[in-house]
Amino acid sequence: MLFKYLLQLADNQLILSQRLSELCGHGPALEQDIAITNISLDLIGQARLLFQYATKHDDQKRNEDQLALVRPENEYRNVLLVEQPNVDFAHVIVRQYFYDEFNFLNYSALVNSKDEELAAIATKSLMEVKYHLRFSRNWMLRLGDGTAISNQKMQDAIDDLWAYPGELFEMTADEQVLAKAGVAVDVSTLQENWKEAVLATLQEATLAIPEGTWHQTGGKKGIHSEYMGHILAEMQFLQRAYPNQTW
Amino acid sequence: MTTIEQVYEILSKVTDPEIPVLTLDDLGVIRDVNVISDDEVEVKITLTYSGCPATDVMAGDIRAALFVAGFTKINITHVISPAWTTDWLSPKGREKLKKYGIAPPAATLSLQEAIVECPQCGSKQTKIISEFGSTSCKALFQCENCLEPFDYFKCHR
Repeated sequence: MLFKYLLQLADNQLILSQRLSELCGHGPALEQDIAITNISLDLIGQARLLFQYATKHDDQKRNEDQLALVRPENEYRNVLLVEQPNVDFAHVIVRQYFYDEFNFLNYSALVNSKDEELAAIATKSLMEVKYHLRFSRNWMLRLGDGTAISNQKMQDAIDDLWAYPGELFEMTADEQVLAKAGVAVDVSTLQENWKEAVLATLQEATLAIPEGTWHQTGGKKGIHSEYMGHILAEMQFLQRAYPNQTW
Repeated sequence: MTTIEQVYEILSKVTDPEIPVLTLDDLGVIRDVNVISDDEVEVKITLTYSGCPATDVMAGDIRAALFVAGFTKINITHVISPAWTTDWLSPKGREKLKKYGIAPPAATLSLQEAIVECPQCGSKQTKIISEFGSTSCKALFQCENCLEPFDYFKCHR
């Protein structure tokens, strides 16, 4: 049960990291290219800590690379938000900001986990996530409250991605049990704070709050969008073609 | 038998692969040393940033230094708690950074409020250019007095 929870946490960091890494060398300006690559690096580092811990709880005794790189698609437990395509810089920033606000709240709660190792990973990761959040939030403001074109691009990205954050606050059966035991975070309790922070940012950025309340879901159950297969094809190619290769 | 002090002495010569003026000791990443026998030693290190690619190189460099000193069984383990922050940087490390041209961490996380001294001319009139720099631990600043751009070792806690 803990194993699945660890994978779920790790997969979100892993897949978002992979998405961001696609932009290495393709950022809109050098500073942003470096920023996105650095955030990607932090996220893969955080994913590694979680995968390394997960290996201790895996019945099949897989190593870190096998967990990250050779599971079939339906065993990945990341939310749909993090697998959404880069599209343009506005989509990259909005996806990042939505996730960073969640990541910040989730790790802020996870530092109190009764599982000491998980609490330690959260404490370490939280320091990095605070920095990510500052970056993505500043860009929300700068582009939202920027030119007519940047505002429109941000609004389009928000409207496109609005259906995805809801899944972040859904509880799986395993999460419910682990949350009761004080190990996992009850993510459903984070939704109000998330909304409050995001709405405040949208308002400050002169961006409209979408009216829709429906949200798309599936990733936490292993049912992914059509993008996931393409992400995995690139990410898994080397380990599948040359099993157990290392640097 | 090699003493713990001698092992620390050996480790004090191992440097950070990305900022070679800093030893791992200055950086504050060595957490514990345990000499088990003449040829066996245990070293506990911690990560700086969780994705820092220098970590594996550091472990390799520690292994090489201890091997040269005669150890054949070298166990290097990673500990993540208590988490590394820039408060673990030694005062000596901060001085070395400055001389090397990297401004040491200020006392605040805020990049706007931080008083970052230019390592070239010492002016406190400096501004942030980029929140992210050439490595995870740095941001890019520019001095408004001498106009030199420089790296700032970010406050991390």
